[in-house]
Amino acid sequence: MGSITLKNVKKSFGGVTVIPDISLDIEDGQFVVFVGPSGCGKSTLLRLIAGLEDVSDGMIAIDGEDMTKTAPAQRKLSMVFQSYALYPHMSVRGNIAFPLKMEKAPKEKIDAAVNNAASILNLTDYLDRKPRQLSGGQRQRVAIGRAIVRQPKAFLFDEPLSNLDAALRVAMRLEISELHNKLKTTMVYVTHDQVEAMTMADKIVVLNAGRIEQYGSPLELYQRPANKFVAGFIGSPKMNFVEGAEAQKHGAHSIGVRPEHLTVSRGPGTWSGVVKVSEHLGSDTFLHVDVEGAGTMTTRTSGDVAFKHGETVGLTPVEGRVYRFDAQGMAV
Amino acid sequence: MARAISTRRKIGFTILAWGIGLVIFFPILWTFLTSFKPEGQAIAIPPRFFDFDWTLANYETVQSRSNYFRHFSNSVISAVGSTLLGLLIAIPAAWAMAFSPTKRTKDVLMWMLSTKMLPAVGVLVPIYLIFRDLRLLDTHLGIIVVLTMINLPIIIWMLFTYFKEIPVDILEAARMDGASLRQEVVHVLTPMAVPGIASTLLLNIILAWNEAFWTLNLTTTNAAPLTAFIASYSSPEGLFWAKLSAASMMAIAPILIMGWFSQKQLVRGLTFGAVK
Repeated sequence: MGSITLKNVKKSFGGVTVIPDISLDIEDGQFVVFVGPSGCGKSTLLRLIAGLEDVSDGMIAIDGEDMTKTAPAQRKLSMVFQSYALYPHMSVRGNIAFPLKMEKAPKEKIDAAVNNAASILNLTDYLDRKPRQLSGGQRQRVAIGRAIVRQPKAFLFDEPLSNLDAALRVAMRLEISELHNKLKTTMVYVTHDQVEAMTMADKIVVLNAGRIEQYGSPLELYQRPANKFVAGFIGSPKMNFVEGAEAQKHGAHSIGVRPEHLTVSRGPGTWSGVVKVSEHLGSDTFLHVDVEGAGTMTTRTSGDVAFKHGETVGLTPVEGRVYRFDAQGMAV
Repeated sequence: MARAISTRRKIGFTILAWGIGLVIFFPILWTFLTSFKPEGQAIAIPPRFFDFDWTLANYETVQSRSNYFRHFSNSVISAVGSTLLGLLIAIPAAWAMAFSPTKRTKDVLMWMLSTKMLPAVGVLVPIYLIFRDLRLLDTHLGIIVVLTMINLPIIIWMLFTYFKEIPVDILEAARMDGASLRQEVVHVLTPMAVPGIASTLLLNIILAWNEAFWTLNLTTTNAAPLTAFIASYSSPEGLFWAKLSAASMMAIAPILIMGWFSQKQLVRGLTFGAVK
């Protein structure tokens, strides 16, 4: 069991308010991702849940029990750090066994738990090595192994993949998702990478300047963004925003169209412009088109579409896929 | 890509490095050789390198004329004593500054270091008078206290640098793993801090062992360490180069041997902060 409830949580460092007021319910067994630009307070929020920072005001409950003033050691949560934070003087075995040793668990139980974690994470052959003898991906696995042995109420991940190279990041992403399917333990995961958020999460919390912009499933955020910030943050490449006459036609202050919802034609369209750059990814082609009065618009077309630099093209949004926003940037 | 270095440059640098090494090592080598010469040959001009009548007489004379072992034990007591006392004060100080720094931490460190900028002789008279009044002259306690005080800034600086290198993440990981404060200190902090403390300890023993200004000025017989033992052979009336050299060799031998065996730790200590 591991539900987490935040109620009117506030945090300031000295005179600087990082989190003005956040309330949030994380259900047991869910994979929740905190995502947002750097400095939005997502790591701070995680550290508040962990107990590594004290809240300035408000309440944090784990499994319905008030843990606001409880020390991190007693919250029964496990954390995986960006820097892995392995104990350099201990072997892999020592690192994974550490939380159980702190509980003074019997030796047989520790051995069984360590061997089990090692086999889940493919670390069996490395148990007697020191962290410095491991690669980045292996270190991250040890950190995860250390987190799973004590069967915590929830796992906290603080940007765990950002020190890995791109290929390894994708592989570890899958491993963590599989691990969640296997363990069914609550996981709270912090990242600035919206692709990680979209692919891993049951629910995403989009944070901006210490506030929750939207809380929902990945598809909800993609299909029904609550405001311009979420609309622009979720989805890659970014949504195109247009203001002025074309927006007013839709009865909005501004409208947004995702690159994948713009069709490109050689003839005239809703907008017409000149191809500035065309990026070929193989499966897709991204066209960056200079549109008079609307700036650069990006479209996503299939990989075999061939438009050249300097060509004039027409852009037309797909029916029913235009997002409308009012002057405050809220979805209409 | 490794830079290609021509063979000629390599040979040139090798010769230069050996040359510099020999120049630095020469005084010790010369002292070593002189300690085996008869007094007459010790001052011979042109100097004799290896073609002299090797003798152990100087060592015998030094041994019979003064009590080497008493000076040696005084050196051990003052060097080890002052180092341990220094660590006892410095560990909590450096710990506090490294793990809960305030706005003034840098200033405090600078102030501590600034005490090393004053020439020691500038405070000789007041300290001498204080020691006289407190009856600390020529006592072990007095020497331990004064050596602790002069080396304390260096000990704190070294430890501070080491403690700074311990990542806070790891301490937080221990807290998340359910470690109590005591468990955190015993299982995580101490093992990570021990190498730093060990090199600080070794380096400071060497500094204290070789300290000559205060030990010569504040001791006469009872607490006089090996520095005083050497000094007693440099008298203005006679030329006792060979005996002086023998005494010097006997004084530096123990610390040289200790240094040899703890090279790895010492190099870490001497380059502290340089390599992350």
